[in-house]
Amino acid sequence: MKNSRLIGFLPWLVVGLLALFPLVESTFYMQLLTKVLIMAIFAMSLDLLVGYTGLVSFGHAAYFGLAGYALALMAPKYETVSLWWSLPASIGVCALFALITGTLVLRTRGIYFIMVTLAFSQMLFFIFHDTKLGGGSDGIYIYAKPTMKLGEMELGSLEKLENFYWLVLLLTAGSYLLLRRILGSSFGRALLGIKVNEHRMRALGFPVFKYQLASFTLSGALAGLAGYMAAVQYGFVNPEILSWHQSGAVLMMVILGGMGTLYGSVIGAFAFVLLQEVLSNQAWFGIAAKHWQLAMGIFIMLVALYMPQGLAGLAQKFGRKPAEETSDE
Amino acid sequence: MDFAFFLIQLLNGLQYGLLLFLVASGLTLIFGIMGIINLAHGSFYMVGAYLAWSLSSMTGSLTAAILLAIPLTVILGMALERLLFRHLYQRDHLYQVLLTYGLILVFEELRSLIWGDDVHGVAVPALLNASIPLTDNLSYPVYRLAISGVCLLLAAGLYFLIQKTRLGMMIRAGASNRDMVQSLGIDIKLIYTLVFALGIALAAFAGMINAPLSSVFPNMGGQVLIICFVVVVIGGIGSVKGAMAASLIIGLAETFGQVLVPEVAGMIVYVLMAIVLVWRPEGLFGRA
Amino acid sequence: MNEPILRTKALTKRFGGLVAVSEVSLDLFVGEVHVVIGPNGAGKSTLTNLLSGDLPPTSGEVIFEGRNIAGCTSDHISRLGIGRSYQKTNIFLPFTVFENCRLAAQSRTPHALSVFRPAEGYAEINRLAEEAMAAAGLTHRAGRIAATLSHGEQRQLEIAMCLATQPRLLLLDEPLAGMGPHESQRMVELIKGLTADHAIMLIEHDMDAVFALAHRLTVMVNGEVLESGTPEEVRSSPAVQLAYLGGEELLHE
Repeated sequence: MKNSRLIGFLPWLVVGLLALFPLVESTFYMQLLTKVLIMAIFAMSLDLLVGYTGLVSFGHAAYFGLAGYALALMAPKYETVSLWWSLPASIGVCALFALITGTLVLRTRGIYFIMVTLAFSQMLFFIFHDTKLGGGSDGIYIYAKPTMKLGEMELGSLEKLENFYWLVLLLTAGSYLLLRRILGSSFGRALLGIKVNEHRMRALGFPVFKYQLASFTLSGALAGLAGYMAAVQYGFVNPEILSWHQSGAVLMMVILGGMGTLYGSVIGAFAFVLLQEVLSNQAWFGIAAKHWQLAMGIFIMLVALYMPQGLAGLAQKFGRKPAEETSDE
Repeated sequence: MDFAFFLIQLLNGLQYGLLLFLVASGLTLIFGIMGIINLAHGSFYMVGAYLAWSLSSMTGSLTAAILLAIPLTVILGMALERLLFRHLYQRDHLYQVLLTYGLILVFEELRSLIWGDDVHGVAVPALLNASIPLTDNLSYPVYRLAISGVCLLLAAGLYFLIQKTRLGMMIRAGASNRDMVQSLGIDIKLIYTLVFALGIALAAFAGMINAPLSSVFPNMGGQVLIICFVVVVIGGIGSVKGAMAASLIIGLAETFGQVLVPEVAGMIVYVLMAIVLVWRPEGLFGRA
Repeated sequence: MNEPILRTKALTKRFGGLVAVSEVSLDLFVGEVHVVIGPNGAGKSTLTNLLSGDLPPTSGEVIFEGRNIAGCTSDHISRLGIGRSYQKTNIFLPFTVFENCRLAAQSRTPHALSVFRPAEGYAEINRLAEEAMAAAGLTHRAGRIAATLSHGEQRQLEIAMCLATQPRLLLLDEPLAGMGPHESQRMVELIKGLTADHAIMLIEHDMDAVFALAHRLTVMVNGEVLESGTPEEVRSSPAVQLAYLGGEELLHE
């Protein structure tokens, strides 16, 4: 009992420590950590689909990238745009696109579902890559970060690194809490039921398609939140953020951390981004760093073969089961 | 659009569709028989193209290069099946996706290490380097016709193999009932190895013969892979007949799309896929 | 005689050239257990699948409470008030017994889509789940993970989930399959207790159970109804004795 309360307290401890991080004042590490947190939101959004609804999407970058493009296209050139409306609008665009693609892709299952989600994300890639709409393969620059004003007062300029970092940290913690809440609700239980035994859920009278579509849309919206923040951080968008390598990377984060645990997605994002940084570090690996994807590819294959439950699975094997597992509530 | 121009586009569309069929038929066979989703299938198309380029620049002949490269890709396919894919048959699709995605990264980096990142052209074989004049200023290259011919021959061979031979019968039985086949004393493992190698070799061969037309460049496998996914979704998983129909539809739609409505040509295949998903989610020739 | 709650008219299902269910017409009444027997492959399970919406019929009608539900989806049919149990145990193995029943009960409440309230926060759903567990005799197992239950208990859970959806018509597909004599007896008592306010269609091979429960009996062979009536009528039917029993004294007490 004591132990489980301690574990329940752990996420808050992590958030608290992370909130203090800007005091260290290292621009490089703060940027890296911001990127990790953004990817953690992205990975959690995918875990909702893969780990909790049983839908393996290989096109999740579509919603991530679309939000970035939505921001870039909405923001007037060289002028600032308000976060208050551009963020909900970008998320809304993603949710709408997820709703539309969801009605199509959810007509399929299994291997089909994987291929069709990938194909629709590639469709979006080619729209932005081949047409003038989003600046073609060069993409669009976002010259100024969005503003957060309350009346006339600026709450904190996002041009300042630590402000942006804190905002992203807040949003990551918020996304985690929101998803935990949702997954503990009747709706979340129904999703888990669908993952475990879709056929039985249908026989019990659940309109499975509607639940899956709701989950798909929510997941797309949350991926949009991450994509918006990524676009703000990098200051530009290009078709690469929509590419299937992005979809592969985020799926890898979910598995690496341990799917169906939510916190695993956060751990997976940490591990993946750090590994990427280490492998591509020229000071350490010299010429091999240029071909870091080789080591990454082998690593991904090894995880797929030998670590299907991810880091969370390893932790559960060697330690106590975390208190937030749904099965013992 | 006058008739000669229309004819050229029609032939181009068919040729492109037939080439897609070579890649997609292997993909759909591996899906249908082994239940494996292979994201790295496009990488074998790329490997084929690069082998054609490097071997033909060594030997000076594309034909010689292709004859050398085919056994190499068959061996590659068999080795990969034995070493990697065999561990995936009973696993969730999720892990198949992850493993084959990792394989793509490995292939791309190995390609970069071995062959570099430059774009290379491959010469059309001298014998086929001619054009058939259609009008005063329009003509059609013999090489494209030759590709179509070879693809048709291979398609006929594939049909014969699956429908008429003992191996084909075992392949069909293996797709519907793995245990039954095993209880008959047929070595299902051998069949899987052969089917996988066949699929890989077909994709690589498509890369080889198309190299003079498309040239050879990094990441060339990715685009082919996605289009072939669309082909398989439209045709129906596991159906070679469906792969043929869908390949031709996609080939013609893309070719004519680029001529008639170039702005939205890239979208056409996906719109087609969306229509099929609404109308017949199991694909044109898929089992419901 | 009161109106049947469910009536099929010339219900037929073909798989390619094979006719699995052919022109079946039968009536189900509240307060009655209607047992369908027949050899393996007679089309009993297919018939159940047609009634529950797991399969769409090729032709014919299924009239439930006055409306034709042939071709409706299984979730729709379930919400109309037809519950079914499966021949092969079909439960949520990683969940607790309570959660299995709670999910089933949740399917009946419109506010179940509420996204922020904890799933256990609905007294009405919890009550339905508790009642279903009690009815199936599983209350003492509420906290157990379903996968760790004995086979008989899993069959009981199957029924409990079905009950938690508050159906008026129950389709029970071989609920006694693989059960020991003691467990079978308990299941028979359970089904008896449900008869008063439910209509029940039961598919069963265990002849002791069949005659302990049946108000009406339908014998199916090769997808067709060979004989239908009270147990006594069916027992004395020469056609049944010839075709189905083949002289074996299966139908004696």
